Amino acid sequence: MTQTTRRVALKVLGATLGASAFAHAMEPLRAWSKDLSLDQFLQRHYKELTSEELAEGIRRLERETREEYGREVTIRDIRPQEGVQFGYALSLSVCIGCRKCAEACHVENNHDRRTNNSYIRVLEMDQGSFDMEKGDATYEHAVPAKGKYYMPVQCQQCDNAPCVKVCPVQATWKEPDGIVAVDYNWCIGCRYCEAACPYHARRFNWTKPEVPAGEINPDQGYLSNRIRPQGVVEKCTFCLHRTREGRMPACLEACPTGARVFGNLLDPKSEIRWVLENKRIFVLKEELGTRPRFFYFFDV
Amino acid sequence: MGKDTHAITYPRFLLRVIGQSFEGSWRFYLWMTVLTAIALVGANAWAHQLVEGMRVTGMSDHVSWGLYIANFTFGVGLAAGAVMMVIPAYLYDDHEMHDVVILGELLAIAAIVMCLLFIVADMGRPDRFWHILPGLGRFNWPISMLTWDVIVLNGYLFINLHISGYLIYTRYLGRKPDRKWYLPFVFLSIGWAVSIHTVTAFLYSGLGGRPFWNSALLAPRFIASAFITGPAFVILLLQLVARLTRLRVGDGPIRTLTSVLRVTVLLNLFMLGSELFTSLYTGGTHSTAVTYLFFGLHGKSALVPWIWSAVALNVASAALLHLPASRGSRAFLNAACVAAFAGVWIEKGMGLIIPGFVPSTLHELVEYVPSMAEWKITAGIWAVGFMVLTIAIKVALTVLTGEMAVEPRSGDTRTGEHAPPLMH
Ligand code: SF4
Ligand code: SF4
Repeated sequence: MTQTTRRVALKVLGATLGASAFAHAMEPLRAWSKDLSLDQFLQRHYKELTSEELAEGIRRLERETREEYGREVTIRDIRPQEGVQFGYALSLSVCIGCRKCAEACHVENNHDRRTNNSYIRVLEMDQGSFDMEKGDATYEHAVPAKGKYYMPVQCQQCDNAPCVKVCPVQATWKEPDGIVAVDYNWCIGCRYCEAACPYHARRFNWTKPEVPAGEINPDQGYLSNRIRPQGVVEKCTFCLHRTREGRMPACLEACPTGARVFGNLLDPKSEIRWVLENKRIFVLKEELGTRPRFFYFFDV
Repeated sequence: MGKDTHAITYPRFLLRVIGQSFEGSWRFYLWMTVLTAIALVGANAWAHQLVEGMRVTGMSDHVSWGLYIANFTFGVGLAAGAVMMVIPAYLYDDHEMHDVVILGELLAIAAIVMCLLFIVADMGRPDRFWHILPGLGRFNWPISMLTWDVIVLNGYLFINLHISGYLIYTRYLGRKPDRKWYLPFVFLSIGWAVSIHTVTAFLYSGLGGRPFWNSALLAPRFIASAFITGPAFVILLLQLVARLTRLRVGDGPIRTLTSVLRVTVLLNLFMLGSELFTSLYTGGTHSTAVTYLFFGLHGKSALVPWIWSAVALNVASAALLHLPASRGSRAFLNAACVAAFAGVWIEKGMGLIIPGFVPSTLHELVEYVPSMAEWKITAGIWAVGFMVLTIAIKVALTVLTGEMAVEPRSGDTRTGEHAPPLMH
């Protein structure tokens, strides 16, 4: 009898110890759950939100930005315009590899300062070769270097986008004007899209982005440059909060050489159409069938 | 017994099962305590990862999947391989195998539990897990391969839970299991086992932008390696069970499994060689990941020690299994199993997932080395897997040997040696 009671007592002791050890191990979660509101947890997919729910969500996000980052910002949900299909073109003859575009992207899109993130990577390539394998995205010398040319790569807004195909929860999709968007409040952070993208265009928030209050760009879009939560994926959106209102993408405005051309593919008088009709155009990794909306050309 | 009595006996059965899980020798307590400790270390590391973000891992935008997905992939293979032992038992009517089939099913359950945990560990936002549930969230089916994986993995878990649960419960009741309640599921599980590993291979081979994975041979290679890890693990498990419990399993199953292994280790090496040939002989972009993996590239070589140890282990296990000495010696056989298991773990893990990302799609060479946090979480999940397996086997065996039954069989002093087979 005493044998059994001792056994039971030991088991109870063991179970108590185990439970408290478990609680102790999970202690950091307390800090995590503080940041997580029930509304946020239950928020539905962007496309399923009523306009009130969306407005509500936006107010919440603005409040959170004020509380966490100390900056008043305006977040807007700007919808695509009828009759607009965006396209982007870039002249490899003109680009000098100064990376002003990447810098402007960093600032415009409220990227994490510590990692110096940007949606654009500029590859330095050997003249006379189109072998990306010999390209270098981490050069640190004066540009343009002799015998080199430069190829900026960002999201190609593929018409047949592998990233959209693979996402298990439809957190990323193609908008009617051709921009591939991400719902930062729906993405589960599986990074399958990052594995699928052939252009290294997606970025994951490995931690909460750090942006000093004074450097935050307050002009924000719900589907574009608002400060992203930790643990979700983001990407270039052709600065949709600008371009859907007729302005140019930040990278284009920053380019000192005018290598970049952006516009509405459906407008026959647009500069982008002129380039597509008069230059020799090519797209990256055409053989993969992704059908990019980002075109490269040489001026000759 | 009518249906209503199940309402009483079944919960009681479950209670006794739970009781059984806390009952055992000092060895059992020690083993479970060690596992619990490791699991707690992992849980703590995971909690930190949630708060601080995935930057505590060694992953980056260039290498966006690492140790977790590597272990996930391996675990799917283990789960598939474990159940494929059903094939000799049922398709070829090898009666001796029937006893061990249940062990395979339990191993599959434990492996799937691990896989699901690895997926959770890899999610940036596990709080949004419900987004991936069919019906509740927005399920990108049938386009996304990941949604297929969710379906087949969970389906597989339920099939195996049903089969083993049903067989154990009827044995507990002292009744003969009704074939129509488990046999169709057994056959279903064979097909399903192939499907889980095929779908997992398609996760990778469907990505056109990753030449290292974009190979039609990937799924067959996955299946071949599943047929290595499953049997290798079960051979070791059977011997442990024989040593630690009263269940007696004849030599037959081990002999059958060893012959399966002899073929699959060679098949696996052959397919590895074929892939190497296509990559290296042709050269070009497709070969850079392979070159990096096996020889290093531009002075970077983080994966070289991994892959060569995998090759060495795989070759060693193949050699050991084919030496005449291995027929008589359990030590040889066990060494071969351990080598095969470890070899495939590296090959299907670090040797398969990471080189898909290095060089990256813009041909940058950013290396990946798992961080301490990743190792802790990984060890924790393996510990949970072993806990699930230990308890499952323990419960199954106490029922199987008649130690636990709805009513003590009158005058039943039989031990497991004479226990009637669990399946028919
Ligand atoms: S470039 Fe990458 S991220 Fe952009 S649409 Fe194509 S696959 Fe998606
Ligand atoms: S990381 Fe987010 S957007 Fe990308 S596939 Fe996963 S859920 Fe979809």
